[in-house]
Amino acid sequence: MNILELQHAKKSFDGTEVLKDIDLHVAEGEVVSIIGPSGSGKSTLLRCCTFLETLDAGELSYEGNKVVTTVEGKAVYGNKKQQREAMECFGLVFQNFNLFPHYSVLKNITDAPIRVKKRPAEEVMREARELLAKMGLSDKEDAYPCQLSGGQQQRVSIARALALKPDILFFDEPTSALDPELTLEILKVIKELAKEKMTMVIVTHEMNFARDVSDRMIFMDQGVIVEETTPELLFRSENQRTREFLGQYHDLL
Amino acid sequence: MSIEMIIMQLGEGMLSTIWIFALTLLFSLPLGMLIAFGRMSSNFLLCNLMRIYISIMRGTPLMLQLLVVYFGPYYIFGISISSSYRAYAVIIAFVLNYAAYFAEIYRSGIASMPQGQYEAAKVLGYSRPQTFFKIILPQVIKRILPSITNEVITLVKDTSLAFSIAYAEMFTQAKALAASQKSMVPFIAAAVFYYIFNFVVAAVMEFFEKKMNYYQ
Ligand SMILES: Nc1ncnc2c1ncn2[C@@H]1O[C@H](COP(=O)(O)OP(=O)(O)OP(=O)(O)O)[C@@H](O)[C@H]1O
Ligand SMILES: [Mg+2]
Repeated sequence: MNILELQHAKKSFDGTEVLKDIDLHVAEGEVVSIIGPSGSGKSTLLRCCTFLETLDAGELSYEGNKVVTTVEGKAVYGNKKQQREAMECFGLVFQNFNLFPHYSVLKNITDAPIRVKKRPAEEVMREARELLAKMGLSDKEDAYPCQLSGGQQQRVSIARALALKPDILFFDEPTSALDPELTLEILKVIKELAKEKMTMVIVTHEMNFARDVSDRMIFMDQGVIVEETTPELLFRSENQRTREFLGQYHDLL
Repeated sequence: MSIEMIIMQLGEGMLSTIWIFALTLLFSLPLGMLIAFGRMSSNFLLCNLMRIYISIMRGTPLMLQLLVVYFGPYYIFGISISSSYRAYAVIIAFVLNYAAYFAEIYRSGIASMPQGQYEAAKVLGYSRPQTFFKIILPQVIKRILPSITNEVITLVKDTSLAFSIAYAEMFTQAKALAASQKSMVPFIAAAVFYYIFNFVVAAVMEFFEKKMNYYQ
């Protein structure tokens, strides 16, 4: 069964169509990258999948739970319970981390599982420390986000998302706010997760990384999916727009 | 009359002043939050009502508001005013006025919070009240504390406006004593009192600001 199924997604802002009939399917254990020029709608797509934007039309289900349907061309969202169930399926890592600055590293990670999911504090703490160890941040659990480098903050935010045990994790340009050296440490963490068969959808401008880590790549332009295939085939694409876009990265390749 | 006697006489006025100060904060701080919510509400009527309320409260003198609250029931409704109403009128007028100032401070503090904090909280499953009380409000308080301090210090001095409806707070007492004793001492004592009061208030607020300095 697909973890995420999105069909015929449409979204406009003030009359401008940003998503034009997008389909996105992600199977368990799959890593999908989304690439494309600035303004092509990549963030909007992730934000629609994570309920930060409402779809104008389309169908969305998580693990078979159909949370958005379309009636007479308009998106209809399921009830609160259905939405909550859907929201428990995914996590999202932001470009600029969005850690809670008034909480320590440990509390950033443990607060939602304890307060929202009502899980036993001790167990949550133990798991959080394991996550921090995995992120190489064991010595930082009492630090506050402002005392960490960007790369460390992003690792905490990944740990925070993982602490809720999502079945699928979305990343929206997780390294765009980081220096090149710090970028590498985040990419390493994501590769590690891919090895553990974490299901992930990653919006990124890091072409080499995307090619390495993805099972499938999606090239988006002007609100449509231009091409969707394996990294090997995408980088050998005959499509004009794909070639033009990837051409900008040729010196990187 | 000796200085001790004067201070003894002023003592009751000091207590009244401290009482006005404490009650005003106790009620106007939470009321300001409600007004700020109304002001930020998407309900057109409520939002504009609060906007007008805030603008009147900030745009007219507090002394005038005191007089309206005190004499209003008599002039408008013909209700005779009992002398015990005087204390209530002082608190009502101060609370209504200060709540408007606090509402604007809360509102600007809440508006200054980055959208990303709400989005992160939503994706992590926090309910709307949890997001507000656990994630947003603590950060807002840190941001607005300096503006709150300013208002609180102004309030210490504003308490003397209760004089305008002859409420027996510190300033009223000092003026009466000065007149009967033909002496400057009551005024000087009053000045020292206000100064020390403000000094203590500033120290307490600084303590809170320091306490919140554990993060940037
Ligand atoms: N909240 C919004 N209101 C109005 N327009 C928006 C909003 N969010 C996005 N847009 C517009 O939608 C289009 C797609 O934006 P989006 O952020 O999805 O692009 P993107 O592919 O993520 O670009 P980038 O690579 O720069 O992050 C842009 O033209 C943008 O201006
Ligand atoms: Mg984007």
